[in-house]
Amino acid sequence: MAEAFGPHVLRVADPEAAITAITEGMRREVRAFRRRGGVLGLSGGIDSTVVAALAARAFGPGNVLGVLMPEADSSEDTLRLSRLAASSAGIETAMEEITPILDAVGCYRRRDEAFKRVIPEYGPGWKAKIVLPSVVESESFRLFSVVALAPDGRTLKERLPLEDYLQVVAATNFKQRTRKMLEYYHADRLNYCVLGTPNRLEYDQGFFVKNGDGAADVKPIAHLYKSQVYQLAEALGVPEEIRSRPPTTDTYSMPQSQEEFYFSLPYDKMDLCLYAVDHGVGADAVAASLGLTAEQVDRVFKDIAGKRRVSAYLHAAPRLAVEGPAGA
Amino acid sequence: MPDLTTIDRDVRQFLADNFILDNSGADLGADESLTQAGVLDSMGVLELIMFVEERFGVSIPDEDTLPENLDSVARIVAYIGRRLAQGA
Repeated sequence: MAEAFGPHVLRVADPEAAITAITEGMRREVRAFRRRGGVLGLSGGIDSTVVAALAARAFGPGNVLGVLMPEADSSEDTLRLSRLAASSAGIETAMEEITPILDAVGCYRRRDEAFKRVIPEYGPGWKAKIVLPSVVESESFRLFSVVALAPDGRTLKERLPLEDYLQVVAATNFKQRTRKMLEYYHADRLNYCVLGTPNRLEYDQGFFVKNGDGAADVKPIAHLYKSQVYQLAEALGVPEEIRSRPPTTDTYSMPQSQEEFYFSLPYDKMDLCLYAVDHGVGADAVAASLGLTAEQVDRVFKDIAGKRRVSAYLHAAPRLAVEGPAGA
Repeated sequence: MPDLTTIDRDVRQFLADNFILDNSGADLGADESLTQAGVLDSMGVLELIMFVEERFGVSIPDEDTLPENLDSVARIVAYIGRRLAQGA
């Protein structure tokens, strides 16, 4: 009898063979660009740690640079875990504190202006994040709200009108774009390629900033579901503390899970839904595996399709308005 | 208070002006799902909410941001009509 649909479909049969295939591919692509190593931003998360370990194997640890780029809203763990990621891969690091750059371009001021329009009390000493309602628990459209924590411990929540939502996102996108700018500085200085760290879920669903963390020369794990990234992490000897850290956006001053900000479900369930959509597995079979109703899974499927439509813009290269040589 | 015909015309005009580039929106089926047809995404829903609130003076609370109220021309028109009748 065929095995029921479940996490086993994402099992990497031979992690060492998968690692070899990726590292050979990384060497091939970097050589094709006539560069001689890799630069990547380290966040202390599983994806960048795995890419660092893969890069160390592909190019040799001496030809990989990890860039540490904390800012005012980074969690306390970010820097320590990023250093742990670098030391476990045996690579060098460069420290780039990006708060002064973000201050200079008005990242925090522009973001806070928008928060303040929605929550007039918001100001110094407050913390905030933006959140989406659950796809699973409600049929409502997924519209962002701001959640703000006052210095006196009160929590306020208000829906973000379009203009304010766009300004918050535009302002916080400075963070990812600033980091990428610095990664390219080091890549150009060293004649290295920039290595991107999105996994398949992020890459497919557009969970990245265009010309920010979405930009790279090579994306070594963009074909791997996040569950598979964890499997390779174990094979690569990634420290347990990093493997057990819950995924976070590390972008807002309040802790924010990836489900609150973007995905419908925790990553292991999202992986299975994405796999199901791509392999024609029905909502009933997925529901049985995830402990959800078929109706809830159907809503997740629709959310996946909607995100694919939206992410087409994020993936698109610049287009010519008119084909042909200039002046023709 | 605008009648349903006027609301329908204004909603279609809004959708045509903002989301449908190639035609006037007149051929959009009244019951056609705007999200399934790719007319509205979540950003579009925010724009729609802003339009309804500004044009008709109807404030849309979070609990009303449901497909059954906003995911077709007919549903939007019925929702606005209902809220106006309630004195929103």
